[in-house]
Amino acid sequence: MNAVANYNFAYLDEQTKRMIRRAILKAVAIPGYQVPFSSREMPMPYGWGTGGVQVTASIIGPDDVLKVIDQGADDTTNAVSIRAFFAKVAQVATTTHTAEATIIQTRHRIPERKLEAGQILVYQVPIPEPLRFLEPRETETRKMHALEEYGLMHVKLYEDIARHGRIATTYAYPVKVEGRYVMDPSPTPKFDNPKMHRSEALQLFGAGREHRIYAVPPFTDVVSLDFEDHPFEIQHFEEPCALCGAEGVYLDEVILDDRGGHMYVCSDTDHCEERREAGFVGVLGMKEAAE
Amino acid sequence: MSDEPLLKVSNLTKYYGSRLGCADVNFELYPGEVLAIVGESGSGKTTLLNTLSANLEPTSGEALYRMRDESWRNIYELSEAERRFLTRTDWGFVHQNPADGLRMTVSAGANVGERLMAVGDRHYGRIRDTALDWLGRVEIAADRIDDQPRSFSGGMRQRLQIARNLVTGPRLVFMDEPTGGLDVSVQARLLDLLRQLVGELGLSAIVVTHDLAVARLLSHRMMVMKGGHVIEAGLTDRVLDDPREPYTQLLVSSILQV
Repeated sequence: MNAVANYNFAYLDEQTKRMIRRAILKAVAIPGYQVPFSSREMPMPYGWGTGGVQVTASIIGPDDVLKVIDQGADDTTNAVSIRAFFAKVAQVATTTHTAEATIIQTRHRIPERKLEAGQILVYQVPIPEPLRFLEPRETETRKMHALEEYGLMHVKLYEDIARHGRIATTYAYPVKVEGRYVMDPSPTPKFDNPKMHRSEALQLFGAGREHRIYAVPPFTDVVSLDFEDHPFEIQHFEEPCALCGAEGVYLDEVILDDRGGHMYVCSDTDHCEERREAGFVGVLGMKEAAE
Repeated sequence: MSDEPLLKVSNLTKYYGSRLGCADVNFELYPGEVLAIVGESGSGKTTLLNTLSANLEPTSGEALYRMRDESWRNIYELSEAERRFLTRTDWGFVHQNPADGLRMTVSAGANVGERLMAVGDRHYGRIRDTALDWLGRVEIAADRIDDQPRSFSGGMRQRLQIARNLVTGPRLVFMDEPTGGLDVSVQARLLDLLRQLVGELGLSAIVVTHDLAVARLLSHRMMVMKGGHVIEAGLTDRVLDDPREPYTQLLVSSILQV
């Protein structure tokens, strides 16, 4: 062995991976429950997905195909760095195509294409505790989870309606998992909440700084909280994607100039590209092709 | 008032290590009855109140409470889930400082509605109507429902705290110096309101105060505490008009006359 430092497969040592796998097994056994684990220092700053990276490192094998998305995009710094990281320390194949991936690590989005059995979605979670901003004491929030005291969550939704006339929470929208634990689905837009319900794929959540792992096993009920007279609803978009013309997908607003010009494009870049390859064209996509 | 008590307390004792909080407290509280606990600072009255409301574990003794299903339960033997459910449905606790009992960062309506949501009410319109009704009963204008308690005056905060506690129709309310820190005219108005609500709803209440005037106005019976012990107990008018113990005589004669 030469003097250059060598990494264990997937960066983490085997003991650490076993510890994280035990936490994951417990999380899968108790859907929505936040399992504490001994989070390690990773070669990236907190907030860059240290939790998600540790979960991925613990479950990845040499045959896996990894996809990493950041706000739906495969080509942003965070996604490119993490993909390169695992390509280097685990020599795994990487892809940008949702259908080909066996593990998808995500920051703040769920892919538009329906996930299938055998795929694993790993979320990067900044703050795992849905009650945190309502109740700052950790001892108290744990007790509230244990005794199923979730009235406070509705106080937040009540405040939304009182102030804005509707439930104005658009992301990190609280859900109840399998009729028991209230869970923060990480800061995904509430548009993605229905995709978590009875999903065929295993969903794992890692919060590195907060030392928590939680999970939603396949075919688990995930119900968004609401009021009887103010039911849960997802965002709706006025116009289709400007590049591929897709409707019923989550769109990002892109500013085009300093005179108010803007366009809406798919947040899921892979979904958008696949559609354009298949011949779908949006309003601005046409123009681009013509030029 | 019914013939059967609501709360039976026997030999309740609380030590902080070797230091005495309160000792050998015995009393029975009947439905609709208001009991005042008076005494000087450090006499153990707040310790007694916190022990009675299950915020503190007693060193010895028991407190039997008649639940809504008429069964008698020792409140210190309830499971934590049962105790927390009891304290937010059948009981109320009015703190001296309203900021301790309110959520200062959510609106008045949500403060009143929190207990309803905690017991499973999931209809926004109904919760809001109930909140409006209660704000009216404690004389807070309806257009303040979406304001945070931070923007309220001390008297309004205290009234909001009372509404928040009474919304689930509790049978027993604990009050720790409910008029402390308020100026005299606001005190008078709050006492008036409290007396009216207690009468209307048939509440039982245990009120801790060092102000004998509050005891005189609100309570039917009172207990005088000194050094952790109850030294005199009886009907409020009897104790105040004809105090027996030297300490009680001192206390009554210390009231300032204007």
